[in-house]
Amino acid sequence: MEFQIPDFAPAYPEIFLLCMAGAVLLLDLFLGKRFRNLAYGLSIASLLATIAMIIGSSQQATTFNGMFLRDLMGDILKIAVMLFTIMVFIYSRIYQQDRHIFKGEYFVLALTAVLGMMVMISAGNMLLLYLGLELLSLSLYSLIAMRRDSLHATEAAMKYFILGALASGILLYGMSMIYVTTGTLDLAQIHAAIRTGDSANLVLSLGLVFVVVAIGFKLGAVPFHMWVPDVYQGSPTSVTLFLGSAPKLAAFAMLMRLLVGGLENMSGQWQQMLIILALFSIGFGNIVAIAQTNMKRMLAYSAISHVGFFLLGVLSATPDGYAASMFYILVYGFMTLGSFGMILLLSNKDSESDMIANFKGMFSAHPLYALVMTLLMVSMAGIPPLIGFNAKLAVINALVESRLYWVAVVAVLFSVVGAFYYLRIVKFMYFDQPGEAIRLNGGMEMHTLLTINALALILGLPWIGWLIRICNSALAQLS
Amino acid sequence: MIFIAVAVAIGVGAFIAGWYLGQPSRPDADKNSPYECGFEAFEDARMKFDVRYYLVAILFILFDLEIAFLFPWGVVLEKIGRFGFLAMVVFLTILVVGFVYEWAKGALDWE
Amino acid sequence: MQAVYLAIPLLCLAAAAIAGLAGGRIGRAGAHGVTIFGVGAAFLLSFYVALDVFRNGHLFNGPVYSWLSSGGYNFQVGFLIDQLTATMMVVVTFVSLMVHIYTIGYMADDEHNWPKDSLAGKNSYQRFFSYISLFTFSMLMLVMSNNFIQLFFGWEAVGLVSYLLIGFWFNRESAIFANMKAFLVNRVGDFGFLLGIAAIFAWFGTLDYDAVFGIAPSLASQQIHIAGSTHWSLITFICIALFVGAMGKSAQVPLHVWLPDSMEGPTPISALIHAATMVTAGIFMVARMSPLYEMSETALSLIIIIGAITALFMGLLGIIQYDIKRVIAYSTLSQLGYMTVGLGASAYNASIFHLGTHAFFKALLFLGAGSVIIAMHHAQDMRRMGGLRRFMPITYFTMIIGSLALSGIPPFAGFFSKDAIIEAVHHSHITGSGFAYFSVVIGAFITAFYSFRLIFMTFHGKPRMDEHTRKHLKESPAVVIVPLLLLAIPSVMAGWQFIEPMLYGDFFGDAIRILPRHNAFAEAGEHGFSAWHFMKHGAFQPPVLLALIGMVSAYIFYVARPDLAGEWRAKLAPAVRVLENNYYFDKVYQAVFAGGALRLGSCLWKSADVKMIDGFINGLARAVGWVSGKVRLVQSGYLYHYAFVMIIGLFLMISWFLYL
Repeated sequence: MEFQIPDFAPAYPEIFLLCMAGAVLLLDLFLGKRFRNLAYGLSIASLLATIAMIIGSSQQATTFNGMFLRDLMGDILKIAVMLFTIMVFIYSRIYQQDRHIFKGEYFVLALTAVLGMMVMISAGNMLLLYLGLELLSLSLYSLIAMRRDSLHATEAAMKYFILGALASGILLYGMSMIYVTTGTLDLAQIHAAIRTGDSANLVLSLGLVFVVVAIGFKLGAVPFHMWVPDVYQGSPTSVTLFLGSAPKLAAFAMLMRLLVGGLENMSGQWQQMLIILALFSIGFGNIVAIAQTNMKRMLAYSAISHVGFFLLGVLSATPDGYAASMFYILVYGFMTLGSFGMILLLSNKDSESDMIANFKGMFSAHPLYALVMTLLMVSMAGIPPLIGFNAKLAVINALVESRLYWVAVVAVLFSVVGAFYYLRIVKFMYFDQPGEAIRLNGGMEMHTLLTINALALILGLPWIGWLIRICNSALAQLS
Repeated sequence: MIFIAVAVAIGVGAFIAGWYLGQPSRPDADKNSPYECGFEAFEDARMKFDVRYYLVAILFILFDLEIAFLFPWGVVLEKIGRFGFLAMVVFLTILVVGFVYEWAKGALDWE
Repeated sequence: MQAVYLAIPLLCLAAAAIAGLAGGRIGRAGAHGVTIFGVGAAFLLSFYVALDVFRNGHLFNGPVYSWLSSGGYNFQVGFLIDQLTATMMVVVTFVSLMVHIYTIGYMADDEHNWPKDSLAGKNSYQRFFSYISLFTFSMLMLVMSNNFIQLFFGWEAVGLVSYLLIGFWFNRESAIFANMKAFLVNRVGDFGFLLGIAAIFAWFGTLDYDAVFGIAPSLASQQIHIAGSTHWSLITFICIALFVGAMGKSAQVPLHVWLPDSMEGPTPISALIHAATMVTAGIFMVARMSPLYEMSETALSLIIIIGAITALFMGLLGIIQYDIKRVIAYSTLSQLGYMTVGLGASAYNASIFHLGTHAFFKALLFLGAGSVIIAMHHAQDMRRMGGLRRFMPITYFTMIIGSLALSGIPPFAGFFSKDAIIEAVHHSHITGSGFAYFSVVIGAFITAFYSFRLIFMTFHGKPRMDEHTRKHLKESPAVVIVPLLLLAIPSVMAGWQFIEPMLYGDFFGDAIRILPRHNAFAEAGEHGFSAWHFMKHGAFQPPVLLALIGMVSAYIFYVARPDLAGEWRAKLAPAVRVLENNYYFDKVYQAVFAGGALRLGSCLWKSADVKMIDGFINGLARAVGWVSGKVRLVQSGYLYHYAFVMIIGLFLMISWFLYL
């Protein structure tokens, strides 16, 4: 048997990023003391270069014996992941410096996390998918634990690590059951095997349950959400920012690759599971979020509810539904970045400023950022004319087209409940007196980007149609 | 069934044999003192120990495991050709980056 | 041409935005400069478009901008430019331009109307200009639309800006009340309107006018099932629902109550709302939907009856009012009734004709009244006026023209349009047309009576104002007078200029469709027609004679024998009381709807809100507290609890999956 040298070209962006991660690690190690912002600049530059490479080589290809896929969906998600990561870097620079975690390791770990996500996104094989997931997760565990002197952070990292390991185990178990019945790890072959074989096989079904549970954990859907509030709150805000945005895209890709790419013919079965997960998440997330006083914790519950909402699009099991979900998760990631960015903006050396009460009286002190936060919150709540509304609308539309009316009704009702806690913050900002003077943190570049971030939620409206169309064509390629 | 019977037989048999051969049992202080891992044989598991020990141990495992890759790789190197060779070079390069990092960070210095 | 179409509304919008957002920076001159330029340019362009439509027959129907697409439906901003639209555009922009110019004079010392140091008072002048430009923009969007969504947008935008304008002096309690009332009453109408649009979308699957009109004949016999076992004709349902919207906007009984109160706004706004824009929206909409309405005689009957009631009874109210603006307001109601009657008689062209002439002379009357109000230092009670003609000859002169036109005396504009409607009703065979004919003919007398009552009370007789005011009486400044004069011209001429093409010719082309059996004018048009002929014929018909009698009686009651008015008033005390109370509409609405709503509200508040909702919310809050308490137990921070929950979840999933 002679090994063929596979075509490396489709994977060049990943390879490049790996090299750059190593380079950043070494350069920061030896030069970091002399050039303080070296790792920062170099990381952003390498991400930008990787984006350029992806755009330049956009194609549909399969390499490494079907293990590695390139398609439009993957390219968009990767670009979004990297853009989000760049935004994370920019938002968190000052915060990190204040807490002495503005170190090369932070950037290296973030880059490897990005690499893990890219591998997940491109995976055409369950093994590679798992590998990417582990690379992402391990990087995240260490990122969360970056502040070794913070009790909360280490606790959060520990919890995430152990529960993550449990979920990984469940995922592997599920994968092995699927392997047992279909005899292959390749997703395309699994797809073919299920189509021709018996999809009602008990072991296969059990495998599906385990896989869905693991995905549910990664996304933070109820009842596998337990880690989300603790980890969101315990991590340094700069890491929460990262954790809350980019990995959601990777999880979406994982969902697509596994459930649609591999197990599409079992959609009747996973649809039901996802309905449970989604509705519980929306309900639980929205109701519990109301009671929160900590902003990060509130956003964590909001994340749970948004995940539920995004699952709704997937469970409609139509290309339109997937596209709606993809659009939703992109928009959601964008809004999350802005929201955590606002917390970073308020934080300073002495305090995390992550209580909801910290936003009181924002309007009188900083009207511009009150507006920014208003846009973000209103968009999160899904109130027209902001983009958040269009995202919700797209998902609901997909549901209605799949005739899942009652699911749509329940989802809408709960998102009305959810609007309450977003708007409460707006009320705090405009009508309440500030408790103490609000100081803004962060550099010029962060302020600009944050403002653009929020304004894009309304000024971007004319381009929505274009974005949705792209999502549609990406998902049409997939199935 | 046979397997279970045999397994039980061997397990019980070994016990009995050990007990039988171990006659006469005369425990004393020296015999009960720690002699292998540096720990007391019977005590609270939550004891203090030097964290540097764990650091070195983890690093050791990390680099020890690569041997597990290198052996089979060496055996089939003829068959997997240049691609196989390159793949291992890449793998080792990444490993070296990690090694350089830990070295420069001072993880290998005991003091 | 598309650029021109687009420019017309956008000029107004841009002007409104500049005056509104940068009002403080560009100052007063800047604000009225930019808005008058915007509206003026819009008027010239509209005129150009109208010429293009009528001379060269260039029609346009198509989207100009795709806004968003959802659920397979594209929301597009599109224009339908045909004869009807072009007419409306010219009328709207012309009247609006006049109002803009006039406002310079009227609002010149608006800061006196605000409390000192109030921030709102500082830029009120600029804000006002911004609002009226925005109003013009909304109205243009409404008339130029080629689909129902955009129509609805314009409809709501007009409603919103009217709310802002009626409550412009929002430091006055009565203004707040009035704009609230206007808004709420319009909401009732809008509900019907929206229902109609929804029905159209549900059955036709499109909201484009052209497509809807194309499909309509195939759905003519479609029955729908609403409640119980009754079946409605779909078209009738849609028409009536849409007309409910028109009733709100065009202030038809019983949704008319907001209009008299809306006089709380500054006078230019009364002119704009009552002459050219808001109230004509309903009339315009029905005329625009003529292909649908032609298919439903039931709806037409309803329209003609509602219109007739409005025309007659609202006119009666005008007789007993003392507030100069209220008299005109009730006359507007009554004239709108005329237009609605015209619509019901399928004489859409006559209605639009009346709408146009009415826009001119009603704007003239309002602005004239405003001129009087300026001279009287913002007093509006006619009992405190009298003998003004010596002090304000030009205002007097133009007001006379306006009143003659309103009363329908030949050869003024109102005569032609109003007589055309009466004529059409006369020939109509639709259910209710008999009653309508009676109403509009009697109405002619009433109209003349209250119009000239106003003239005589204001301009003739002995001056009744106090010394101070009298000394300062003088003619208004040029910015006020010029629009009056400019408006007087079409008030005189528009009638005989346009009657021929409008009613008998092919003026509207395909924009308005009338079934042959409904067409009242076809018969007359067959054996030749001229304005002169129409006048000769009409001059000796009952309406004109009654109008003349009305004028004479007004003269007798208010100039020759002023004592008679009081005497008759005493004799007819019960009737007057009914009129003074506006037929108890307000009282009933207050008691039943407002009061009922209040009672229902307080009842709901006490039982439902406090007990159920608050109980529920508080209960929910408590439940949430309880849940979070429990959740906190689960969310204990203990890892094994978390893992335990996950495993439980996994097992529940599996068991649910395997056994269900």
